[in-house]
Amino acid sequence: MATAIPIQTSSLSQRKSKRPLWRALLFLAPAVIVMMIFYFGPVLWTFYISFTNVALTGPTATHYQFTGLRNFQLMFGSGSFWQAVLISLWYFIGSALIGQTVLGLLLALLMQRANPVVRAAVGAVVIAAWVIPEIVKAFTWFAFLSQNGTLNTVLQSMGIANPPAWLFTQPLLAVIIANTWAGTAFSMMVYSAALSSVPNELIEAAKMDGATFWQVLFRIVLPVIKNSIMTNTILITLQTLGDFTLIYAMTGGGPGTQTSVLPVFMYQQAFSFYQLGYGSAISLILLLMGIIASLLYIRLLNVDL
Amino acid sequence: MEKKTKAVLAVVSLLATGSLLANFVVLSANATSVKRSPFAGKTITIAYQQFGGGHQTQIWLSSVRGQFQKIYPGSKIVLEPINASENEYYTKLDLMNQSAKTAPDIMVEDTFLVNSDASAGYLMPMNKFVNSWPAWKRDFYPAMQKAAESTNGTVYGVPFNTDTRGLWYDKPLFKKVGLPVPWQPHSWANILQAARTIKAKAPGVTPLWFYSGKPMGEASTMQGFEMLLYGTHNTLFDSKTKRWVVSSPGFLNSLNFVKTIFTQNLAEPLQNALTPESSTIATQQLMPKQKVGILLDGVWEYSNWLPTGPAPWPKWNSVYGVAKMPDQNGDGYTSMSGGWTLSISSKTKNAQMAWDFIKLACNKNNMLHIDLMDANVTPRKDVAAMPAYKSAGHGILSRFASFNAFTHFRPAFAQYPSISNDIQNAMENVMTGSVSPAQAMQQYAQQVTNYVGKAHVTSVK
Repeated sequence: MATAIPIQTSSLSQRKSKRPLWRALLFLAPAVIVMMIFYFGPVLWTFYISFTNVALTGPTATHYQFTGLRNFQLMFGSGSFWQAVLISLWYFIGSALIGQTVLGLLLALLMQRANPVVRAAVGAVVIAAWVIPEIVKAFTWFAFLSQNGTLNTVLQSMGIANPPAWLFTQPLLAVIIANTWAGTAFSMMVYSAALSSVPNELIEAAKMDGATFWQVLFRIVLPVIKNSIMTNTILITLQTLGDFTLIYAMTGGGPGTQTSVLPVFMYQQAFSFYQLGYGSAISLILLLMGIIASLLYIRLLNVDL
Repeated sequence: MEKKTKAVLAVVSLLATGSLLANFVVLSANATSVKRSPFAGKTITIAYQQFGGGHQTQIWLSSVRGQFQKIYPGSKIVLEPINASENEYYTKLDLMNQSAKTAPDIMVEDTFLVNSDASAGYLMPMNKFVNSWPAWKRDFYPAMQKAAESTNGTVYGVPFNTDTRGLWYDKPLFKKVGLPVPWQPHSWANILQAARTIKAKAPGVTPLWFYSGKPMGEASTMQGFEMLLYGTHNTLFDSKTKRWVVSSPGFLNSLNFVKTIFTQNLAEPLQNALTPESSTIATQQLMPKQKVGILLDGVWEYSNWLPTGPAPWPKWNSVYGVAKMPDQNGDGYTSMSGGWTLSISSKTKNAQMAWDFIKLACNKNNMLHIDLMDANVTPRKDVAAMPAYKSAGHGILSRFASFNAFTHFRPAFAQYPSISNDIQNAMENVMTGSVSPAQAMQQYAQQVTNYVGKAHVTSVK
């Protein structure tokens, strides 16, 4: 939004009259100031308190000190932190890479060839899952998978006497499926849009030369839409890295720590154990991971495809 | 006909206007007398937790608000319920307490946070208030007064309820399998022996329901682990040296007990233990079906089965009896207590009014009201002696109140919630068999040491 506005203003001013730059800046100033206060303010504050021992209660709630890198030392020395990193990684591989990217692309490819009725029906179903608010998704899945939930009721009616308590026996898989279900529509839409921009002549020409389906896909279609793939993967990665609501409402991070991804771990440290400084330090690492992942994609996709 | 109707209408409207006017005159007369009440025009807010179906605190506080406004016309009391589970209530309250704009004047405060919230500067010292209140010295149990004090003896709240824990056991089942009724075990071995008997002779019944592991949170630590640990004469915190005890024989024995009951199937199956629903499954689903032999839990459980509770069960009293939790080796009994206080915010502008409200809310009759509604152990001796209290819950409430004689409190420090979490971790690792009790204790020691620093931990050999 904010980047779109100045471009528009400057192009307009070029076309119509030579208005000075300061006027544009003047009109932008309120938005920029509001952004600074409400967006960068909290980020900077979080950055600052991640180097302190500030807590929600106890003596360091009001009289906290600058403790330098102590929070980070604690974090890197803590088994629970590394466990949370590992769980986040599995969650990301399962629901973002395999789930949303691959499934989304597959759906988009299939939808291209489907007849309009099927396309509309599938589209409606998938997008319906996407527009439902996060917390409703979480409760829907909880109701579906819990011990006396829909799935087990169906299984019991089919004669399976003691179906497992899914959220207890397969918690990580359960949240991965739920997140895939929730996010695939977004990938599908991005890929559908991208696929429709692949020039048909190019594909026809390749087919004439005897290329197989897979050769067309990997040599022509994917390279053409690589920018969309990159954008989509970055967006999904950031969404999945920061996913909290879905997991917290479905499993509370448990049983045990089996679904304690980094955001859940951070929440527990900051708000269940009152260590605001430590929690902020974890959030900083989370931010860093997002940045690194994004840079990595940009590099990978430029080099390989 | 029409004329008649019109006439009636006219008379009615005249009467209505007249009475309205009369009301107005009375109201304005009241308004002038209001000015003379010391708290006229003043407002205090009260924050408390409200979650799920229970509105007991709200009913109690609204009733006190009515009484207060009758005594002090013109004063305004705003009830501020916080809809959140227990942990999230603490978080919300602490966030509110950070600014004078959002801090409530009075708050319902958990005793185990009194120390850390006081050291954060959120609470107002109340010594001068309670010292001028005869009921404080005369009627409150000394142990309960201690629960609302900081380590240096400053009073930060008036406790209005507390609780104790013990063993609920199924009397008909005990008779059926040949165990004595009434039952009173004198050591952990006695409990294990009873559980083994139930397992052998009553298949399909959970012999001993014991909260353990992370999903049950603080219930695992307090109703589970600490009920064992404090019966070994080791503690979590050494109050003399002011250090956390990270390893001790009692700690190890407690973990061994957990391992025994879960690996020998004397406790509930893991999937019933490792779910936040564990307590609901036990008390609302299985106990009314008489599928639980023994439950180690708090006094409040019978409120589930009252006509107003979530699982009404009129017969509960003829089925479940209560026994004291024995020490490990038969040298006495143990229990754990928590409870809630009414505290005043350090940021309040109307401290006197807040105090007068608390004094009223915690007088004999109002406290009886809340303690009966909540099925809680009362902190007042005179309330405990009232016939209405003695007969409550068919005498169960009084029985649990007698556990006050040997009960313990948790170490009320800011680090406690995180240490409690480490205990739940240790329990869970042991009950699922992923590590041995000794390894689990070692991991616990490591975690706590990392967290509070080497200078603040100690070991007992």
